[in-house]
Amino acid sequence: MNGPDPAASVEKQPPPVKNQPPSVPSSRTEPPMAQPEPRLAGRDLTLAYDKRTIAEGLTVDVPDHSFTVVVGPNACGKSTLLRALSRTLKPVAGQVLLDGRSIATLPAKQVARTLGLLPQSSIAPDGITVAELVSRGRYPHQGVLRQWSAEDERVVAEAMADTGVAELADRPVDELSGGQRQRVWIAMALAQQTPLLLLDEPTTYLDIAHQIEVLDLCARLHQEQGRTLVAVLHDLNQAARYATHLVALRDGKLVAAGPPGEVVTAELVEEVFRLPCRVIPDPETGTPLVVPAANRRAPATT
Amino acid sequence: MRTLRVARFSVRYRPRGLAVCAGALLVAAVVAVFALGRGDYPIAPGEVVRVLLGGGGPAEDFVVNQLRLPRVVTALLVGAALALAGALFQTLVRNPLGSPDILGFTQGAATGALLVVVAGGSSAALAGGAVAGGLATGVLIYALAWRGGVQGARLVLVGIGTAAILTGVNGYLLTRTQLMDAARAVLWLTGSLDGRGWEQARPLLVALAVLVPLVLIGCGPALRALELGDDAASGLGVRPERLRMVLLGAAVLLASLAAAAAGPVNFLALTAPQLARRTTRSPGPNLAASMCTGAALLVTADFAAQHLLGERQLPVGVVTGVLGGGYLVWLLATQRRAGRL
Repeated sequence: MNGPDPAASVEKQPPPVKNQPPSVPSSRTEPPMAQPEPRLAGRDLTLAYDKRTIAEGLTVDVPDHSFTVVVGPNACGKSTLLRALSRTLKPVAGQVLLDGRSIATLPAKQVARTLGLLPQSSIAPDGITVAELVSRGRYPHQGVLRQWSAEDERVVAEAMADTGVAELADRPVDELSGGQRQRVWIAMALAQQTPLLLLDEPTTYLDIAHQIEVLDLCARLHQEQGRTLVAVLHDLNQAARYATHLVALRDGKLVAAGPPGEVVTAELVEEVFRLPCRVIPDPETGTPLVVPAANRRAPATT
Repeated sequence: MRTLRVARFSVRYRPRGLAVCAGALLVAAVVAVFALGRGDYPIAPGEVVRVLLGGGGPAEDFVVNQLRLPRVVTALLVGAALALAGALFQTLVRNPLGSPDILGFTQGAATGALLVVVAGGSSAALAGGAVAGGLATGVLIYALAWRGGVQGARLVLVGIGTAAILTGVNGYLLTRTQLMDAARAVLWLTGSLDGRGWEQARPLLVALAVLVPLVLIGCGPALRALELGDDAASGLGVRPERLRMVLLGAAVLLASLAAAAAGPVNFLALTAPQLARRTTRSPGPNLAASMCTGAALLVTADFAAQHLLGERQLPVGVVTGVLGGGYLVWLLATQRRAGRL
């Protein structure tokens, strides 16, 4: 593995980025009012699969240049919200606004040049190589007479370098490890060159080292390239460490939104996850660290 | 992957893919020349080429251009159309078994044709019935498989069920025909290119002229995006459901027109795309390579059907059935060994 050296891999909590709106007050359900309209926002969304309603009247802002992380218990509508924001799922009511316009009315390719998506499950065609897969991310920039420009080539090489998969370029994707594969998919999304990037559970199925590797990569993309990231994460402590803006959902409702330092409290964790806990400062980063209350004081002995 | 760039324009291609297309077309051309030369009035290959280019005497011109050429051209077109339909189905349902003769479209075309036979219709009406039957089955299967979108596995299962029902219906219809009509129907049902003229080739030629650019150039890149899964494709700016509907429509139309021209030629739609994939060794739908392979396969199979057993002619469907069936068994056996099935 070509992981970054351990000392560097411990990211300090990224300082608030310049263009980020001033610290969002830990707003309870009410969206902050006196801010410029963010590029991406969900307004009064009702989301449903078939007849099963997942969320109703959900309003969520994605602050520009933030690393927004959506957290919440299983089946709270995290991924559904992300699917709606990426236009993969059509809301039953309400709308998703991209640059002030309803995303449903924009041409699909135009949206894909602004907003990238790393879905939870993607399929790598049999035998496809890393470079080929990443180059498919250029689809929204291509046309019949512009199938592979010098720009395409440059961007794909850059995306592979940024994610550390350049040396795997000619390897078949199905031979790679889970962590490498996830970086390849992220590279494909990067090759799309979108200022906004949505990631649906990018760390699922990865071991802890690869989880941190992927999250460090995301943090780097956010800090160095100024991209707006939205990720769904399961691990609250990772969310608190990496996010600049946290969105907590329960039963399809927004419970809290704001910087992790203000949002993650013992009361909130109890309310969202029904988990009694203590919140202490993360010894590495100073961000909130959730320590679940123990039912049993001593470790099991046998 | 190679790229050709001129000013702002760029085209991307695989040398190997191009080579496979060129090779298949060469095989098709050579076999076609031999097929045009063989028969009761044999003509040497060199002479055939000269006649095709406008030379030769009136007798040769009549035999080659009027008698034998329509059959060969129909074989090439039917092969290309079926292979393209098969490549589209296999990509859309993500399954190498996704082929019009397994998913029920061919059986639907046969039902349409048999209904015309029972009603005592002409050959032209029979072709029309086949097209109508194939398209109606396509709509039916799409509607039955619909559940907020059409998923591959569902489409395959609904298609296989429909194919089973229609096979039964076809058997029943066959018992309702007069003896003479039944013989004609059975010959049609095995797939035959015997006595095909320009009137069979023309609709297919028009359909291919319209659909091939639409599918290969218009939808090819989007189809490659769709291969990555619906969510990933939609993230790339493809509307998965709409693309799937357009391409399934094109594939059903091609399969139905091919069936109208030559009857349900077995297994070609299944075999050609798989062969193309293995020869190009490239992921992706391989649409162009499949088409060229299909054209070469069918014209070769028809040549074999005509001349393999001396004087006795076989319907081409028998040859493709034997070859395709053998290939299918081989495919299943090797996939099982590889632990994939």
